[in-house]
Amino acid sequence: MATLPEELKTKIIEQLHLEDIEVAEIGDDDPLFGDGLGLDSIDALELIVLLEKEYGIKLKDPKEGKLIFESVNVMAAYIEKNRSK
Amino acid sequence: MRNCYINGIATLSAQPTTDPDHFLEEIIEHTTPIFKAYDPDYKSYIKPAAMRRMSKAVKMGVTTAKMALEMASLDMPDAIITGTGMGCKQDSEKFLEKILNDDEQFLTPTLFIQSTHNTVGGQIALTLGCKGYNVTYVQEAVSFEVAVMDAQLMLSETPEKQILVGGIDEIPKNSTLLHQLDGQLKTEEHINVVQLLDSTTQGTVASEGATCIVLSAEKTPNSIASIKAVEIISSASSSTIQEKINAFLIAEGMTPSDIDAVILGNNGDSNYDYYYHDIQQALFQHTEQLCYKHLTGDYLVASSVGFWLSSKILQKQQVPPVTKVNAVTASQYKNILLYNQYQGKNHSIVLMQHVHA
Repeated sequence: MATLPEELKTKIIEQLHLEDIEVAEIGDDDPLFGDGLGLDSIDALELIVLLEKEYGIKLKDPKEGKLIFESVNVMAAYIEKNRSK
Repeated sequence: MRNCYINGIATLSAQPTTDPDHFLEEIIEHTTPIFKAYDPDYKSYIKPAAMRRMSKAVKMGVTTAKMALEMASLDMPDAIITGTGMGCKQDSEKFLEKILNDDEQFLTPTLFIQSTHNTVGGQIALTLGCKGYNVTYVQEAVSFEVAVMDAQLMLSETPEKQILVGGIDEIPKNSTLLHQLDGQLKTEEHINVVQLLDSTTQGTVASEGATCIVLSAEKTPNSIASIKAVEIISSASSSTIQEKINAFLIAEGMTPSDIDAVILGNNGDSNYDYYYHDIQQALFQHTEQLCYKHLTGDYLVASSVGFWLSSKILQKQQVPPVTKVNAVTASQYKNILLYNQYQGKNHSIVLMQHVHA
């Protein structure tokens, strides 16, 4: 069974149409935005929807995303703590 | 309206028309009533990070825009004018499907942002960094011609400009199936599309594609053909169209005998191809007649393939045999007339001319 970080990487690739990127290419601590995966503000909105749809987490303040989406590991830790499904 | 010059042109269609070394010598024989455009290597023209959100229409539009600009030796156009009949319908359909499947929740922005008709024009501008005039025309089967007319108007006021004009339409899955139900498209599971022009059944075959051209008011070293005149007619009978074509030619100081080749939009629809058959017999019986929709299928900017075909013929002074539909062969190609219509509406008449060296 895939670990949460691996599961997250698969979902991120699928949701953001990162067709040329493999799960193994995303490091657990790599930054998702900026120099890492190079995601942008539209991707941030897509990730907010992913959290709600897949894990039942509704971000009340979109600014929280800046911290939560720092890396796959940070995201996974936040999901473990707050998930409702 | 002002005569303008084509300095670069690229067409992406269900044939390998983006390959500059080929001019329909080898064709793909499609066998279904709905068939997709031939995909070039999009990655050569679009960065992967930008391409991941692009629908087929956007990829086709951006790629042909870059190809046409490269041919025109132009980095940045002064304006981008696009025409599309259906816009980015694939993403519109996906967005609506998500609304239904997710019970109106969890809607993401990408599909919505990318689903408007002017998405392609916008994405071309973003890719190039072009902040100039950017307009999209949605005018059914004359969308591309209206975009060309807007460019002609702009060039008559500002002749120093170089304008990128595009025509783009993709196959939207659900809308295309609806067009099979309402008789616009043929319903046979298997069809030899190359034989389309001999069809005796109603409806046509659907495909998709994009054409981009770079226009200027003055001739440049890259000019390959000129667009002398464009006229569109919303609705008319076959006899009226013949009168309109005659009047169009007289206004240009010509008669049908001055036309070296006529490029027609016959699409195998037994209900409407009589518009073409009538002028083939009445006006252009002794003129070389050419068709292309048995190769590239029909879509609302398919007439832009006629612009491409005409430009290449005027430049190369040769005709792909697969496009010929009568036994007449012109000795040279100086004046080419294009005529297109869809379901008896949205007729376009275009005169293109050879550019002397």
